[in-house]
Amino acid sequence: MSIRVGEAAEAPDFRQAAHALLANKQVRANVRRATETIRNKRANVVGEMPDWEQLRDSGRAIKRRVMRNLDNYLEQFEAACTMAGGQVHWARDADEGNRIVTQIIQSHGQKEIIKVKTMTSDETQLNPHLEANGITPWETDLADLIIQLGHDKPSHIVVPALHKNKAEIRALFMEKMGLSDLGTRPEDLTAAARTYLRERFLRVKVGYSGANFAVAETGSVCVVESEGNGRMCVTLPEVMITMVGIEKIVPSFDDLEVFLQLLPRSATGERMNPYNSIWTGVTPGDGPKEFHVILLDNGRTKVLADEESRETLHCIRCAACLNICPVYRQTGGHAYGSIYSGPIGAILTPQLQSMEHSQSLPYASSLCGACYDVCPVKINIPEILIHLRSRIVENGDRGAAERIGMRMAAYTMSDSGRFSGAQKLVKIGAKPLESLGLPGWSASRDLPAIPKESFRDWWKKNKQ
Amino acid sequence: MSAKTDILKSIRQSVGEDRGAELPVNRDYCTSLGLDPEAKIHLFIDRLVDYNATVYRTDHAGIAATVAEALGVRGKRGLVIPSGLPSEWLPNGFHFTVDRDLDYDTLDAAEGALTSSTSAIAFTGSIILTHSPAEGRRAISLIPDYHLCVVFESQIRETVPEAIRGLKDRRTSPITTIAGPSATADIEMMRVKGVHGPRTLDVIIVAA
Repeated sequence: MSIRVGEAAEAPDFRQAAHALLANKQVRANVRRATETIRNKRANVVGEMPDWEQLRDSGRAIKRRVMRNLDNYLEQFEAACTMAGGQVHWARDADEGNRIVTQIIQSHGQKEIIKVKTMTSDETQLNPHLEANGITPWETDLADLIIQLGHDKPSHIVVPALHKNKAEIRALFMEKMGLSDLGTRPEDLTAAARTYLRERFLRVKVGYSGANFAVAETGSVCVVESEGNGRMCVTLPEVMITMVGIEKIVPSFDDLEVFLQLLPRSATGERMNPYNSIWTGVTPGDGPKEFHVILLDNGRTKVLADEESRETLHCIRCAACLNICPVYRQTGGHAYGSIYSGPIGAILTPQLQSMEHSQSLPYASSLCGACYDVCPVKINIPEILIHLRSRIVENGDRGAAERIGMRMAAYTMSDSGRFSGAQKLVKIGAKPLESLGLPGWSASRDLPAIPKESFRDWWKKNKQ
Repeated sequence: MSAKTDILKSIRQSVGEDRGAELPVNRDYCTSLGLDPEAKIHLFIDRLVDYNATVYRTDHAGIAATVAEALGVRGKRGLVIPSGLPSEWLPNGFHFTVDRDLDYDTLDAAEGALTSSTSAIAFTGSIILTHSPAEGRRAISLIPDYHLCVVFESQIRETVPEAIRGLKDRRTSPITTIAGPSATADIEMMRVKGVHGPRTLDVIIVAA
């Protein structure tokens, strides 16, 4: 069984890929401006919440509960969805998921689908699969449309075309939409997309989406969006297909009250995104007459096995960790060689691939800890990065570990903030060094015992 | 073995069979803001205005006249309405087309839709539709470019948790939450209002 995460089985070495991208000043400027804008908006709307920390704790607790009983919740979801008239399918990997989608479309004799933005279909590379089978997928999210028309790759989880500026988008739209004239304002470009897609929304018979949440208790599916393309895709077609990673289950309907607060504020810096669609099976007289859900594993059940990094699956794909990450902000998403970029991509991609590929990604971090601070479900990304590095070392790439360890040490010790952050992590960080028996290091020079409390912590506490 | 059997087996291998008690979830986040009723309505209106929605306030007897006013401001001659919309909400002098399975092209050509709503959230400026007979099926408040929505003051909740819990017996109906007209920030993070959903949203808030 092959676990595919996006196009390539193997992400290219992060340092090499990053090096090439760092030379592109336009992309860097675009990425910097976009991430700064979202970061500031997020900070404002998170700052006004008196109970943000409680919500984060609850979100984390709900996700932990899900992971520990995922089998039961999936079966509960299947039963509830089926009872409501939905059809539930299970897919072990990307290819199996893609095949199920194709079969459903072909069984209706259809040649086109309209798609809501979904990272999961990028993960399974659904579009190339459909095209190879003579089916045209129309991406309807504005950014995804930009990516699709430009034969480009997403570089961000939430705003996948943020590496493009409006002049580039205008040129692309004029060429691909056959427009002889088009204004230069974002409003003009958006209006062009509206016209281009409207006819397709009203005509195409099969809709396709991912899901932000799937509710075990009721069998409901929730899609969070802004443009209304999601509402169009889940409402107007006769047949609806949703492929969802199995970790997107939440136990109860009321759990949405937590995530519908955490997600929009973290993702786009809005109090609430313009539209949420929640539906359960099929409703006579309203919306699609046939509804299929595909529950996708594609490596997720194996990620569950490692208790120390299991919480990687808590991710709700808000991309706050990308926007805050000093590495991502320099390189953009393409350097990660995976559709999941940034800090979350650095821990998710190699784990989905059973730690057999993309081994340079856990090193694509300065361990500054900012990703952990902004994560709405409190995934301890720095700790997992270090844990994965130790797993890579245990797998045997000692040379790489030492090289990278030294680089990290130099980087960490050159800045006091980073240094104190690293002291908190050093207990786990020592593991790769200890387990290695690094020649010339731990053999002849023992690592000093790690004190329970760092001097800086002691000083903070006792200076008064 | 079926994919389902394989996946469930793989989960059981990964997390083990002995799970112990269900992990507790602490829910000590805010469910109420403790606002007085008028403050709550003001907060809701502030949020709507922030999203560029136009807000009208009236009482029950004034709904039809307010619908007429809103249509006048927008220069509309008629709207699509769901079959269960109370007829006393409809002013004279306009043309209202009852949705009896209207096809998409007819909806696309319509000047807009007038619907009721299930509830609203002051803190986020959200309107919640559960597509009851007075709210109509999802397509009618989606395809036309204008949505005029009636919200009763008594339906306005303070917080997201209060509203979600209040859905109780409507949980398995189709649900749409709307926070302002559709929008995108996909081009250089500049917010553009009005993409595929109705580009204009007006709200009539009706006193209890």
